[in-house]
Amino acid sequence: MCLAVPARIIELEGDRAVVDAMGNRWKAKTTLLPEAKLGDVVLVHAGFAISTVDEEEAKKTWELFAEIENFENTSNKISG
Amino acid sequence: MATEPERILLAHGGGGQLQNQLIRERILPKLRNDVLSELGDSAHLELSSSAICFTTDSYVVKPLFFRGGDIGKLAVCGTVNDLAVSGSRPVALSLALIIEEGFETRLLDAILQSISDAARQNRVSIVTGDTKTVDHGSADGIFINTAGIGIKLPNVALGLSRIDVGDKILINGTIGDHGMTIVSQREGISFESPLASDCAGLAELTCTLFESVRGIRFMRDPTRGGLAATLNEIVEGSRRSVEIEEKEIPVRPTVQAAADMLGFDVLNAANEGKFVAVVSPDAAPECLKICRGHPLGKEATVIGEVVEMRDVPLVELRTKIGGRRIVQMPYGRELPRIC
Amino acid sequence: MLDRVAQAQHTIEEACRGLDRQITVMEVCGTHTVSIFRSGIRSILPDKLKLLSGPGCPVCVTDQGYIDTMMQLADREDCLIATYGDMIRVPGSDGSLETRASRGNVKVVLSSEDALQLARDNPNKTVVFIAVGFETTTPATAVVVQEAAREGIENFCILSNHKLVIPAIRALLGGMNDRIDAFLCPGHVSVIIGSGAFTEIVRDYRRPCVVAGFEPLQILEGLAEICRQLAAGTAQVKSMYKAVVTEQGNTAAQRIVAECFEPVDGYWRGVGKIAKSTLALKEQYRQFDAFQRFGLEDKPGKEVPGCRCGEVLCGLIDPIQCPLFGTRCTPQKPIGPCMVSSEGTCAAWFKYGRRK
Repeated sequence: MCLAVPARIIELEGDRAVVDAMGNRWKAKTTLLPEAKLGDVVLVHAGFAISTVDEEEAKKTWELFAEIENFENTSNKISG
Repeated sequence: MATEPERILLAHGGGGQLQNQLIRERILPKLRNDVLSELGDSAHLELSSSAICFTTDSYVVKPLFFRGGDIGKLAVCGTVNDLAVSGSRPVALSLALIIEEGFETRLLDAILQSISDAARQNRVSIVTGDTKTVDHGSADGIFINTAGIGIKLPNVALGLSRIDVGDKILINGTIGDHGMTIVSQREGISFESPLASDCAGLAELTCTLFESVRGIRFMRDPTRGGLAATLNEIVEGSRRSVEIEEKEIPVRPTVQAAADMLGFDVLNAANEGKFVAVVSPDAAPECLKICRGHPLGKEATVIGEVVEMRDVPLVELRTKIGGRRIVQMPYGRELPRIC
Repeated sequence: MLDRVAQAQHTIEEACRGLDRQITVMEVCGTHTVSIFRSGIRSILPDKLKLLSGPGCPVCVTDQGYIDTMMQLADREDCLIATYGDMIRVPGSDGSLETRASRGNVKVVLSSEDALQLARDNPNKTVVFIAVGFETTTPATAVVVQEAAREGIENFCILSNHKLVIPAIRALLGGMNDRIDAFLCPGHVSVIIGSGAFTEIVRDYRRPCVVAGFEPLQILEGLAEICRQLAAGTAQVKSMYKAVVTEQGNTAAQRIVAECFEPVDGYWRGVGKIAKSTLALKEQYRQFDAFQRFGLEDKPGKEVPGCRCGEVLCGLIDPIQCPLFGTRCTPQKPIGPCMVSSEGTCAAWFKYGRRK
């Protein structure tokens, strides 16, 4: 019962963040994750970051995460 | 102090002076062609063949302007594409505008420019038209209807009944771009995104295909309802089943990520620059080659094939992990979910 | 990836062969239900491994009485209903929010924050936020309740129906369906409550509890771990979703929820009353409770005769065993909650594969 997607925090002011998922930028709040920092990859559910993503662990089992990494490393991030 | 923008009045649809002014000063200059300039009650056309295709569509998209296009471009390309996938060369379009009182004229100008550009790019003429105005609140800004005529290409016989077991299913590129772009710019959901609609006229590509390759059985453009709806229509109409390979379906990562965040299914998302083609196994390689050599087909790929129907016609998907599941006809409206 | 799929399949097959009986695994998360169907996992599992969907779909287990209350509020001129998209199509005794949407007072929101903003932007209306969901979603509601309290936003309230997973599992194993051998535990609920929360299930009922993510490979590897444990005769909590799930969970979220809510007995549609399974606002936040504000009672509604959703929700029957399935009850014309929700077991069966 929980659609949640990993995304990277690209802006952070107080508990108001902007996160990036494959180029899409969403507003999210970090109220539930006070330790979140700029640059962290977090899991976002219903507009809230609910967990940081351990990138090493994620790479082992999470295909979606691997795709995020690949995407961020390409020069052509605009999907065109 | 900002000046009040110029707006459409009810009288602009009243058949009198204001309407004439609108047509002559705003519409005609952009869509200029000999037939339209006659401003007759109907367009007189001399066609090279009496075998024609004729289609109509209405456009009510919201928002009116989106990355990659607007309602005007959509109105031309959508109808051009219906003619294109029917195996014809589009030649002429009618254009009916229903404009809400209060609609800003600069927006109308922009839409007319898009229509003009799209018509030119797709080598069609707007030969006849109509303009009406409605009360404020009745039309979401503007509604557009276009009807189109295309000349049937010789030696092209398309039909669901021509589809046979073993035929390949081909798509000319990524799915979900238009649908997810519209969602990203819709009020209440909007998020910043580099996503753009794939809105484009396909006639040049489809005509090349039809003229070069024998064995194209059927074609359709997967607009509302997406690939899922089109594949279901194909199995219902042909009384066959279809097996699709999930890993072959081209999807941009940004489109998939947007769908994931909202809980949408990319298979149900609209496409405005894509066609699904069912072709004989022999024709598939040539079709792919032609598509990939064209700007609108660079990511063309075979996504599946036609198989024998068991008890009911089904669209079956072989998933990335080798499992199987059914793809059903979508409900008709995607809503963002948290679950 | 395919080699890991094959490996997981192999582990599962070996375990099933060794055990020589039917293995029943239940997942209690609507998102798991959908992921399992969408990935076609059932079609690559041995027949001996039976996957059941439990009462993990918050829309499905939302009582008919709550839905009718929601409609009552939607019909009021002075209310704006803010809801996640999941609830829009759920039918009450008289239409759904979708059929009322044309009046313009039903807004789909992506976040509870959007609902609160709606209240700020519409001071002349009372915004009622439809607060459904399990532990993953509850913290989002708690945050805005506290925000509303701090800012003194009076035209905001919540119609609370947040539910808890562990009491549901206990109710199942305690009598409603004790033929479940193991649980595939919800990955994102576990992000909040921690994988350690399932220790009590292992301790009291000796069932393996494996926390898994939602990708097909993650689910398969979760099932493989379950089968491995069953074959070895052990029962442990194991997390296969360590990238985001810790043993203690998100303590900040847990704290905020505990400040706002307390567990009370609740009605689960089709299932009945489960003790301490629903969350109600605590005294100091009760002014944000829509039931109290509008003088409404939270009482169970009437069930539709012939509907066997309760048995489906407990995993006692498959949808295909319900006489209404696919005939009188379809996603277009749903009768029971399992068909209404896009995550409902019956809806998933209907959409992704009627046969298996």
